[in-house]
Amino acid sequence: MPTLIDNTAPKPDTRSAVSAAERAKGKGDAKGGLYKPRQPIYPKLVHGKWRMVKWALLIATLSVYYITPWIRWGRPEGFPQQAALVDFTGRRFYFFDIQLWPQEVYVFTGVLIAAALALFLTTALFGRLWCGYACPQTVWTDLYIVVERLFEGDRNARMRLDAAPLSFDKIWRKTGKHLTWLGIAFGTGGAWIFYFHDAPTLIRTFWIGQAPATAYVSCALLTATTYIFAGWMREQVCTYMCPWPRIQGAMLDQHSLQVTYLRERGEPRGAHKKGQSWEGRGDCIDCRQCVVVCPMGIDIRDGSQLECINCGLCVDACDDILGKLGRPTGLIAYDTDAAVAARSCGQKAVYKPVRSRTVYYAVALALVGGLTLWSLITRPKADLHVIRDRNPTFVRMHDGAVRDGYTLKITNRTFAERRFDVTFDGVSGARLSQPGQTAQRVTLIVPADQVVSARVFVTAPADADLAGSVPARFIAKSGDIITESKTVFLSGAANPQ
Amino acid sequence: MADRKIDDATGVETTGHEWDGIRELDNPLPRWWLWIWYACIAFSIGYWVLMPAWPGLNGYTKGLLNKSDRAEVGQELKALEAHRGEGAAMLRTASLEQIEKDPKLQAYAQQVGQSVFGDNCATCHGIGGTGSKGYANLRDDVWLWGGKLEDIQYTITHGIRSGAEGARVSQMPAYGRDEMLQPKQIDDLTEYVVNLSRRPADAGAVARAAPLFEAQCSACHGPQGQGNQQLGAPNLTDADWLFGSDRASIRGQIYAGNGGVMPAWSGRLSPETIKALSVYIHSNAGGQ
Repeated sequence: MPTLIDNTAPKPDTRSAVSAAERAKGKGDAKGGLYKPRQPIYPKLVHGKWRMVKWALLIATLSVYYITPWIRWGRPEGFPQQAALVDFTGRRFYFFDIQLWPQEVYVFTGVLIAAALALFLTTALFGRLWCGYACPQTVWTDLYIVVERLFEGDRNARMRLDAAPLSFDKIWRKTGKHLTWLGIAFGTGGAWIFYFHDAPTLIRTFWIGQAPATAYVSCALLTATTYIFAGWMREQVCTYMCPWPRIQGAMLDQHSLQVTYLRERGEPRGAHKKGQSWEGRGDCIDCRQCVVVCPMGIDIRDGSQLECINCGLCVDACDDILGKLGRPTGLIAYDTDAAVAARSCGQKAVYKPVRSRTVYYAVALALVGGLTLWSLITRPKADLHVIRDRNPTFVRMHDGAVRDGYTLKITNRTFAERRFDVTFDGVSGARLSQPGQTAQRVTLIVPADQVVSARVFVTAPADADLAGSVPARFIAKSGDIITESKTVFLSGAANPQ
Repeated sequence: MADRKIDDATGVETTGHEWDGIRELDNPLPRWWLWIWYACIAFSIGYWVLMPAWPGLNGYTKGLLNKSDRAEVGQELKALEAHRGEGAAMLRTASLEQIEKDPKLQAYAQQVGQSVFGDNCATCHGIGGTGSKGYANLRDDVWLWGGKLEDIQYTITHGIRSGAEGARVSQMPAYGRDEMLQPKQIDDLTEYVVNLSRRPADAGAVARAAPLFEAQCSACHGPQGQGNQQLGAPNLTDADWLFGSDRASIRGQIYAGNGGVMPAWSGRLSPETIKALSVYIHSNAGGQ
C-alpha cells in the first residue's frame, strides 16, 4: 500500500501559499475552533503537456455534453427525432439506433457496473486519472478558473485584488466574473434538460414560460450546484464531499502510476544560484511552482495524499523550471511507489501494468461489458408474456369441455404496426377464442412500439385426454418475428362424468 | 477528557481518543458546513410556521399555508373522481356492444367491472365468479336467464326474485315438502334426471318416471329436459348443476324446489357501472 502521508519528511510550511492570502483577507488563525473558513487557493496558470491534455479533454467533454442533445436522428414519423433522449413521459430511452423500454433498465445497470469497473481499472493502472482529467467537478472548475483569470488575472494579480480595498475596478471584475460564472452555470443546467425533451422545442417553450415545471426546477438546481461547486467550493467538493478519495485507496497499489515527487533526486532542496554546482544537493530549488499551480492547494513534495487528484499540473510546472535550469525533467512525474523503491535500491524500475488486480478488473470489465452488449444485441424485437388465470384456474363448460383463461401481453419493439397470429400448442383439439369476438383465430394487432394486452380462452374438448396440468405454450408470429411463452393448461382432476 | 496532543506529522490536535495506538486528528469542519446547518435551522423554523407541525391538547398547529397531506389526498381524490367522470361518460354514451368491441373501452370496463364485482358480487359468486352450490357460476357458458350482454345487464339491474319491479322470477314447486308427489315418485324422478344427463341410472325407475316428468316437469324444463331461459328453467342434460349433480342434491331440489335470490342493483349501482359490470361478466364468461 502506498503511504498517504509521509511522516519521515521534514515538515515544510505547506500552508504558506494560502496564509499569504489569509493575511490579505485579514482573517484570523485558521486553526482552532470547530469550524474552519475555506483557505483560498490561487492556482497559477501553467503550460506543459499535461495542461495540454487537460485543455483537450476540457474541450472534448464539454463539447460532448453540450452538443449531444442537438444531434438529430432519423426515426419514423411520430417518434422522437433526437439522437439521445430520455423520454420520461413516453417511458422510452433513445440513444442513436438503440431504443430501450423501462423493463430493459438492466442495460443501464450493466453500463454502470462496467463504468465502475473501468474506473477501478483506470485507478489501479494510472491512479486518479478520472479525478484529474474527466470528472465534471474538475472540468467545470477548470472552466471557471479560466473565466476567473480572464477577469481578475493570474495568481498574483488575483491575490493583490483580493487584498485591495473595494474600488470600482474590483467591483466590476468581481461582478463580471460571477455573472459569467452564473451564465455558464445556467448553460449547464440548460443543456441538461435538453436530454429529457426535444431540444429545439424545449429551448423555445423554455423562454416563453411554456416548458414543464420540472425543466425550470432542474435548470435552477443545476445552475445553483454548478455555480456553488465550481465557483465557490471547488477542491472542497473533492476533499469533503466526494467519497472517491476514500475509496480509491483500495484500488491503488505500489504499481499504480501516481504523481510523485522523486525525493532521492530532489533532496536536499534549496535555492540555487546560477553557475553554482549541483554536486551534493538535490534538484529541487524550492521555487514552490508545484504548490502554486496546484488546484487542490497541496504540496506534492509531502508525498502522495488524499487531496491529490493526479492532474499533473505540478509536473508541468516543475518540468518548466527544470528546463530553464538545464536539469533533466521529471523531478515530479507520474511514477509508481515500486519504481521509486527499486531505484532507491539501485535496481532498474519496471512498470508493471499486468498485475493480478488489473487482470481481475479487466476480466470483470470484459465480462460485464460483453454481457451487456450481448443482451443488447440479441434483444428480441417482440415479446410475448402469458399470465394464466388463477381464479378460476379452469372452467368446465356445459358439454364437459374445459376452458382456461389467459392474458397475453405482446410487446412490439419495432417502429411499425404488426399483426401477430397467435397459436396454442399443447392440447390437441384445443380451440382459441377471444371474449366478445366471434373469429375462430386469434390475431392481435400491436401498434408500433406498444404493448397490447388481450384475454384469450383456450377450450379443450370434453373427450381430450388431459392430465391435471399439461405443459403448453403460446406462439405469436408476425412475418419473421416469432415469439413464444411457456405456460400450462389446467383442467383439475379427470372429467368427473 | 482524554489527553489531547498535537500530532507531530500534521501539526493538528488529536481528539485524545486512542484505538490500538491510532489517534484521530481533530481537524475542524469547513465553515460552509456550519452555514448549511444554520440554514437548516432557519428552514425548520419557517417550516414550523408554514406547515402543520406542533401537537397540542386540542389538535395541532395548522400552519400558515394551510397545507396538509390530508388536504392533498382530498384534492387527489377529487381529481380521481373527475378523471373517472370521463370514463363514466364514455360508458354512458356507448352501447354494450360498442364497449365490448372497442379495445380501449373494453379494457376500461374490465377494470371498473372487476373492482365493482369484487365489492358487490364476490360475496355470493366468489371473487373469481365461479359461484358455488346455489350460486351461479358466471365463468362458464351456462346461463339460466340468458347470457347475452342485454340479458346480463337486465339480471343485474332487476335481480332475481328480488321483489323489485321487473325482477326475474321463477318458482319450482316443492314436490316433496308440499306433498305433491310421493317419496317413491321423487326417487324415480331423480333417476330420470340422472339419466337425462347421460349418466347410468336405474332403467325401471326411469321408465316409471317418464310420464311423471312429462306431466310435471316438461312444461318448464322442456320435453327433453333442455331447459328454458325465458323461464329461468335450467337445462338438465348438461354438466352444469346449480344445486349439485349427485343424487341426493337432485332429490333435494325436487323435494324443496329451491330458488336463489339476487338483489336488484339498479338502486345501488349507477347505469354506467352496471354496463361495465355486464361487459366484465360477459367477456369473462367467453360471451354468448
